[in-house]
Amino acid sequence: MNWLLVLPILIPLLCGSCALVFRSSRLVQRSLGLGGAGALLVSALILIVEVESAGIIATQLGNWPAPFGITLVADRFSAVMILLTGIIAFSTALYSLGSIEYRREKEGYYAFFNFLLMGVCGAFLTGDIFNLYVWFEVMLMASFILMALGSERLQLEGAVKYVMLNVVGSMIFLAAIGVLYGSVGTLNMADLAVHIGELDPRLATPLAMLFLVAFGIKSAIFPLFFWLPASYHTPPVAVTALFAGLLTKVGVYSMVRVFTLLFTHDVAFTHSLLVVLGGLTMVTGVLGAVAHEEFRRILSVHIVSQIGYMIMGLGLFTVAGLAGAIIYIAHNIIVKTNLFLVSGVAYRLGGTYELAGLKNLYRIAPGLSVLFVISAFSLAGMPPLSGFWAKLFIVHAGFEAGAFLVTATALGVGLLTLFSMTKIWGKAFWPENDRGAERRRERRLRSRALLYAPMIFLTALTIAMGVLAGPVYTFSLAAAQQLMDPSQYIETVLRRGP
Amino acid sequence: MEILLAIVIGGLFGSGIYLLLRRNPVKLVIGFALLSNAVNLLIFVCAGLTRGVPPLIPEPEIRPLAEIADPLPQALILTAIVISFAMLAFTLVLFRRTFETLGTSDLDELRTTDQ
Repeated sequence: MNWLLVLPILIPLLCGSCALVFRSSRLVQRSLGLGGAGALLVSALILIVEVESAGIIATQLGNWPAPFGITLVADRFSAVMILLTGIIAFSTALYSLGSIEYRREKEGYYAFFNFLLMGVCGAFLTGDIFNLYVWFEVMLMASFILMALGSERLQLEGAVKYVMLNVVGSMIFLAAIGVLYGSVGTLNMADLAVHIGELDPRLATPLAMLFLVAFGIKSAIFPLFFWLPASYHTPPVAVTALFAGLLTKVGVYSMVRVFTLLFTHDVAFTHSLLVVLGGLTMVTGVLGAVAHEEFRRILSVHIVSQIGYMIMGLGLFTVAGLAGAIIYIAHNIIVKTNLFLVSGVAYRLGGTYELAGLKNLYRIAPGLSVLFVISAFSLAGMPPLSGFWAKLFIVHAGFEAGAFLVTATALGVGLLTLFSMTKIWGKAFWPENDRGAERRRERRLRSRALLYAPMIFLTALTIAMGVLAGPVYTFSLAAAQQLMDPSQYIETVLRRGP
Repeated sequence: MEILLAIVIGGLFGSGIYLLLRRNPVKLVIGFALLSNAVNLLIFVCAGLTRGVPPLIPEPEIRPLAEIADPLPQALILTAIVISFAMLAFTLVLFRRTFETLGTSDLDELRTTDQ
């Protein structure tokens, strides 16, 4: 058994369980929250180094040989997703220490924080499609609780919508798995990839559509995204940041996995549909962002728009397209989380999320403004930040594949993104001649270091991704090659013996 | 038998989705319960309804003697039942809390987070 593959699941499980046991001690809870996330980050770093040097690694749980037992497997794509999970977990854990009230900590915030991470890591590592469903449920259950924890009016209202639509998504996912097992007779994804060719195409395409709808609900693509803008702005900002970074990306990850490994029988139909959906997702998301006037709502709707780029990269179904999608996922997870963290500090300083109420943040908190500008420009795709390279690679792949309409859409959406970010800048940050602002600056921010450290860390990462675009792209290309040619994945999983 | 069960599953899906679209939270929960049962039955039927013995192999043999029933769908369904039961319990608590806090039992009135 390879411990590296098990640790990202075991660490959060242990920390979460201990946090439940020691509910009465605030110190233990807080240290388990931060310690669990830190340990996860370290194990993710070791995992990615190992995957980079040794290639795809797999382990059979309980020593049942594949395809009978449950396999955990990490290729480059899985490993980088685990690493991003570790980064986001660590940043939001730090931020939570400075921002989550004692009331919520007492009700087990850090326990469910860890359980959420366990679900996310499990989903990234599993090589079994039913097990993927189980991890989805673990993640969803923890996210339901984090969403509703604290029981504020808006939170509960958002949680109802979030819970119901995601539960329906899970039902569709489960139904799809049932039909898939009934018709192919295996659940191991590598084994499925071998045998799915025997499936009648008249059944394979509807099955692919069932998976598309199920993962589409989770990843909030057009037209299944309505739960996201209705709920993401309601919980505490650390929770929103964690969700924005990770949850929808688990849906995208699963979609990439399923549409590169399993359903490649009719690329002309399924993947063209993905491209179209990607384009529509981008446009609807960014238009929603343009229409909103509230900091967190703009960012929430914007998540939808960014998902469109990733789906488009997948739909192109070329190595370059997938590499672009992987970079885009990495860039977006970091930047989006950071923007939400910024919005949380802005709320503390200004007392509201409404752009009209937030004024002169530049005079009150110049450091925060710099962090915002870097992330916002990165999101909009300004060189030399990570967003520029992510967009460049996607657009380049789009032109290469001859998908001119959707690529033009992607470029147009980039402009609108810039517009919605400058709107936030203009209304909330832009300095006006207002003497009162100088005085408000005096207002002390509690636990300032805990709030600023994760934002600086994530901002540094987005700059580093931009500066080191070369190595990042080389890595993504290698990851995309593994996805486009799954023979190595299949061989590693199904290899007989221990 | 397959035809009959297919009709039952279709009926469960149909009524489940119909109930999900109602404005009453209790009906929403019932719809969710019906849907999860429909999916469980679907797994069961899809995997094939065979009359077979339990998949136990007597000591000296290395393969089953008679036609065996596939145990895996039942394991899947068992897992799915446990999960959907937990979900159902959570939804009930969430709904009770929500509609107490908001002072309404009409889903159409939950509009403040949408605008």
